[in-house]
Amino acid sequence: MVKLTKRIGGFVLRLAAFAAALAALIVMVTSRERASFFAVSLEAKYTDMAAFKYFVIANAVVSVYSFLVLFLPHESLLWKFVVVLDLVMTMLLTSSLSAALAVAQVGKKGNANAGWLPICGQVPKFCDQITGALIAGFIALVLYVFLLLYSLHSVVDPFLLQKS
Amino acid sequence: MAGEKILLGCGTTKIWILLLGLRIFAFMATLAAAIVMALNKETKTLVVATIGTTPIKASLTAKFQDTPAFVFFVIANVMVSFHNLLMIALQIFSRKLESKGLHLLSVAILDMLNATLVSAAANGAVFMAELGKNGNKHAKWNKVCDRFSIYCDHGRGALIAAFAGVILMILISAVSISRILTNSNKFSTAAASSP
Repeated sequence: MVKLTKRIGGFVLRLAAFAAALAALIVMVTSRERASFFAVSLEAKYTDMAAFKYFVIANAVVSVYSFLVLFLPHESLLWKFVVVLDLVMTMLLTSSLSAALAVAQVGKKGNANAGWLPICGQVPKFCDQITGALIAGFIALVLYVFLLLYSLHSVVDPFLLQKS
Repeated sequence: MAGEKILLGCGTTKIWILLLGLRIFAFMATLAAAIVMALNKETKTLVVATIGTTPIKASLTAKFQDTPAFVFFVIANVMVSFHNLLMIALQIFSRKLESKGLHLLSVAILDMLNATLVSAAANGAVFMAELGKNGNKHAKWNKVCDRFSIYCDHGRGALIAAFAGVILMILISAVSISRILTNSNKFSTAAASSP
């Protein structure tokens, strides 16, 4: 009974992480805004920044991986491999979130010393969507840290409970 | 022979030496990255205008505190190098206590969390450095590296050291997890063999 609830808990956690990563991906891909500025029209889309492209790719990889692991049967030996891959996916998520956050922060506040002006004043809707995507990415990251601990617990038996 | 191995702690001495060597390298790499980035500063004075015969100089400084990603880089690398130092001390001085309780588990979990921390720091800094080196046409941000080349060179060195630290932290996590596995295997086989 306890084992079943643990398995269901792990499944629900992974489903939530899949949903969060997918949401971050979709919100960032559909963010696009056109602003006209003294008869010059500029279009802001996520492909302008390399960090946003990396964010989209990393979240795509994490969503596909989570979706595939959802269907892994519990008795298979691949669960040891899942521990390693969970660590890799967590590192992908943290690095992509950190990069996108750094670039978005410069876009919002600018960098006075380098002479970089903030762009959020001209394209506010784009900035809001990027913020939403980053929040979803952060939720996916937190869920993945819990998933990492859960996979380690279910595979390695670190509390040495098997006395038989 | 089996009793002697259990007395020495978990796993063999070879894995112990390998883990110690990896931790020392990771400690040095992350500490070097933090120090090089923290001391990263370049000042350039330019002549802005000339009134009569006296030139008016303005000085521009590029320092790491301007960019929050670099501040996070320094702080995270200091934290990870401190973690490695702590783990080195723990490994040397508590060899006998390793199989008791949650020792190996907490070491493995902390190693994994610190691996993700240092990867976040290194990656955030590398994307900001790419922005400084190439600029961004769409946002009209001009590049910084053509004027502050020493600043960029030092930053590049710090980033290389941090990425070496990332790879080493992944290896350290792998070895720590495998130590838990050998420990749990050993206890289950020992308990199974003594009815």
